[in-house]
Amino acid sequence: MGSDVWQTTAFTLWTALAATLVMLPPGVALAWLLARRTFVGKSLVDTIASLPLVMPPVATGLILLYLIGRRGPIGRLLETWGIEVVFTWKAVILAMAVMGFPLLVRTARAGFEEVSPRYEQLAATLGAGPGRIFFTVTLPLAGRAVAAGALLAFSRALGEFGATILVAGSIPGRTRTLALAIFSDTEVGHDARAAALLGISVVIAFIAVTVSNALVRRRAPDAHA
Amino acid sequence: MPEAPRLSLRIDVSLRQGAFTLQVRHQVESRALALVGPSGAGKTTLLETIAGLRKPDAGEIVVGDRVLFSSARSIDVPSRLRRIGYLPQDALLFPHLNVRRNILYGAGHDSRLALERVLEVLEIEDLLHRRVGGLSGGERQRIALARALMAAPALLLLDEPLAALDDPLRWRIIPYLERIRHELALPIIVASHDHRFVRAIAEAVLPLAGGRVACADGD
Repeated sequence: MGSDVWQTTAFTLWTALAATLVMLPPGVALAWLLARRTFVGKSLVDTIASLPLVMPPVATGLILLYLIGRRGPIGRLLETWGIEVVFTWKAVILAMAVMGFPLLVRTARAGFEEVSPRYEQLAATLGAGPGRIFFTVTLPLAGRAVAAGALLAFSRALGEFGATILVAGSIPGRTRTLALAIFSDTEVGHDARAAALLGISVVIAFIAVTVSNALVRRRAPDAHA
Repeated sequence: MPEAPRLSLRIDVSLRQGAFTLQVRHQVESRALALVGPSGAGKTTLLETIAGLRKPDAGEIVVGDRVLFSSARSIDVPSRLRRIGYLPQDALLFPHLNVRRNILYGAGHDSRLALERVLEVLEIEDLLHRRVGGLSGGERQRIALARALMAAPALLLLDEPLAALDDPLRWRIIPYLERIRHELALPIIVASHDHRFVRAIAEAVLPLAGGRVACADGD
């Protein structure tokens, strides 16, 4: 296998990992808010956060392009600070994060909803403030769901295609991920390289599913009360 | 041996929850007050209201010289600042922490009780490094008690502390509660429908029925 195959694999892995890390803080915060708080516009926020899950990825990519393109409201702002996003690795991470976000939020939210609020109330009687309660009681008890959500989002990011190709293109050595490379190689008849990339994708998917299953099977503390 | 100080409790609250209404007005000075009454009388709701876990619709809660809640004066001290220990019926140990970390969860630097003293009073030294999953009902209750005590409360609320225990265990937990009252000098309010237990531990009784005071001895 050529070095470009390994380069594409490494690029895909680190951008998917970066996308997962980028979406974790807002994803976990939103999941907790949706699980624990009532606020005006909650169902609207919930719907918007879930949109990338049901919309065609290319449509999500087009919305991102409108937003972060040079003429887009965010793109223009970023340009004044000298930050270029479209057709760079940053766009790859953004597309991956947006597409994986709903999976993280939905899975983590279900985990937070499973945690009995009585544990949090009891922690308050022991003198703990909201921040300490979240990090020492709520998050550890929902930890498995949050980890499973992050893994799902990471797996989704690994295979991201539609949104990525619109906002980042498929530039070899710069923005080309495994999914984009398999498509490009198949199109131009580089079947051997496409097969190698396919094999790597299968191995990565196998590992992700195995870890996910192990996470689900591992006996968790009972968060009910 | 120090004796628990008499606790002055003034409570005048109304709280509506669906079809249930808690409407309690009572004033008492006691080292050990028992809330008695059948299931659904409002014992747990009243304890949770004192602990700050439920907010009354209106009224006032004064413990000692501290106003914890007053709708007229817009005072609602958050439960984390009330210094009221709460032992729920099911102990509610944190399942992801071992016994030691459960006990020390609320322990501050200003804790007036040393860990060793609490472990000794409740006889749980040997359990310190166990996971909470394999503990018996009596062990769970004593660890939950230790956890509440280590947060240095000024008042301890116990909700049916015998309910989760088998009969032989029930009578083994009473001496521990007595020791808390006498050796650790801590006033307690206990909710129970077990008359033998109430007679064994309480100085004053507040009978509740249907969310109201049925017939108070301190009113």
